[in-house]
Amino acid sequence: MSDTGERHFPALLELTLSRFREFYREPGTVFWAFGFPMLLALGLGLAFRERSVPLARVGAEPGDREAVEFVEQLLSAGLVESELLGADEIGAALTSGRLDLVLQSGAEGLVYRFDPERAEGRGARLAVDDALQRLAGRADAFATSDVGMQSRTRYIDFLFPGILGMTLMSSCVWGVGYTLVLARKRRLLKRLAATPMRRTDFLLGVFLSRLLFLGLEVLMFLGFGYLVFDIALRGSVLTVGVVAFAGAAAFSALALVVAARVASVEAANGWLNLITLPMWMLSGIFFSYERFPEALHAPIRLLPLTALNDGLRAVINDGAGFVGVAPELLVMSVWAVGGFLVARWRFVWQ
Amino acid sequence: MDAAQAVSGTSTVGPALAAHGLVKRFGDLVAVDGVDLEVRPAECFGLLGPNGAGKTTTIEMMVGLTEPDEGRLELFGQAFGTRASRAQKERIGVQLQETQLADKLTLIEVTRLFRSFYTSRGIAPRTALESVGLWEKRDARVHQLSGGQRQRLAVATALVGQPDLLFLDEPTTGLDPQARRALWDVVEAYRNRGGSVLLTTHYMEEAAILCDRLAIMDSGRVIAEGTPTDLVQQLDASQVLVLRTGGDPSDERLAGLPGVSGLTRRDDARVLSLSRPAEAIPAIVEYLASVQAPIQSLETHQASLEDVFLHLTGKALRDG
Repeated sequence: MSDTGERHFPALLELTLSRFREFYREPGTVFWAFGFPMLLALGLGLAFRERSVPLARVGAEPGDREAVEFVEQLLSAGLVESELLGADEIGAALTSGRLDLVLQSGAEGLVYRFDPERAEGRGARLAVDDALQRLAGRADAFATSDVGMQSRTRYIDFLFPGILGMTLMSSCVWGVGYTLVLARKRRLLKRLAATPMRRTDFLLGVFLSRLLFLGLEVLMFLGFGYLVFDIALRGSVLTVGVVAFAGAAAFSALALVVAARVASVEAANGWLNLITLPMWMLSGIFFSYERFPEALHAPIRLLPLTALNDGLRAVINDGAGFVGVAPELLVMSVWAVGGFLVARWRFVWQ
Repeated sequence: MDAAQAVSGTSTVGPALAAHGLVKRFGDLVAVDGVDLEVRPAECFGLLGPNGAGKTTTIEMMVGLTEPDEGRLELFGQAFGTRASRAQKERIGVQLQETQLADKLTLIEVTRLFRSFYTSRGIAPRTALESVGLWEKRDARVHQLSGGQRQRLAVATALVGQPDLLFLDEPTTGLDPQARRALWDVVEAYRNRGGSVLLTTHYMEEAAILCDRLAIMDSGRVIAEGTPTDLVQQLDASQVLVLRTGGDPSDERLAGLPGVSGLTRRDDARVLSLSRPAEAIPAIVEYLASVQAPIQSLETHQASLEDVFLHLTGKALRDG
């Protein structure tokens, strides 16, 4: 299709469109922007898929007829996995975790051997004793019933918003940072600075073109989560959109600060890694930052990726509204505005 | 739009651009050391000099990219510089060295992008591409262009804002002769429509063909200024003689021979300016014979800007 070039768009729109075109005409972009996060979620989701609670591994000595009989009862009831081992092997099997519990017949009835340090050992002891007593006819003293937690503790439910947050961070930090550093290296910034172009239009254009892509990325990723992992969006699309926007603004502003003066792609790469690596580890993408010492929680929550991940989890998993994610929005806004101001002060066009 | 309309008439009297005492230092290095220049309306002004002479720094100050440490600029009679208004910036068009425009965009997209920066003036992107002969390639991507085509596209992005003054920083460096000539045509057409041009080059031939007036820069200063003809006449030589000899003839004696107006050394050769060749050449041959300095080669040519430059700076332009 030929284009006569007669139509006139405002500079901001032309800058946004140009950047958007350059982005989608880059081979590989589509995969890294859309495919990679999905593959990551798929891989980790499958690897950490919840299995049914593993059976206790119970053993006995083959010569101990009484114990072997009990093991067989448990086996036929489908309650345990079993292994018969010689006396010399049994001790080692208990310490290595090959067996959780060993049954032995003793003078005063059945003896349970287990490692009380291991939770599996203690659990097997209770479950096996309970099962054997019931099989032998013991009745419950009073009625009980179980209430299971709803399956809200799936790992994928935790992981999914984290990967979305991580994707938004990488996409903005590298998308914006590289674009600007390359433009400086190719002296395009200088050439543009020699036109009457409003300089904020250029920076805004880079950001807006990025937002266009992020909008698509977020929608596709949420759809993927719903279809493949049955992750429903409990909050509103608007709230997710605003949280994602705040995150994108914060990370784009950080990228602007890095790109303000750097003129080599290698140096930019180093700086961007320096910024993102701590957040990869601390901000709760793959595991919760609650596992870090209590004293670190407050500073970790001030990181933009923590705010984004917490915000996304609150909206996607818990259905939080704007009020619920207000602290996270505030943290991201401060990063966005602060970063932008520093960048505007430091930015060189040469 | 008709090409003749592409440049708006400059009603302002006085120079298109005037630079007064420009100085730029980078640390201890004085890149530009007190440059005064004037580009008149509808003229092509050439800034010549070897690499490192300060041409690019001078241009970057003149287009408002770099703040001069000293001196001032006037664009069509108004103060100009890095803080110039958008309206003032709309009056100039710029092509800088080594700019890589967005590789993935098509020519028409790039041209339209640059067009969008101009609000009070400008020509259709089509007209701009046509004026540099690239309209047929409008849907090609920038990375598919040859070096010469890229440079013409760079000029098109400068023309699309309908500038009154066009800055071209070494627009033909690295181009083959055909591509160079194509670019000269673009510049001449623009000038013929009434536009003013400031051009840097280190090709003397280019300067002689395109420029109405020239300034020669060396080590941050303007060392000569005038029309190409004036400059050649200043050399006081109708012919230039390039001489290689054995032995050890004296430079002083050679320069003092009748009809010889100057002497410079270049590599292993002596370059003599001859104001009266008919008198000078026999005298030179006679002197060389008298000091037993055998002639290895001797050639003469019409004095050119190249010789002016060599005479003034002791360097060949392209040696840098």
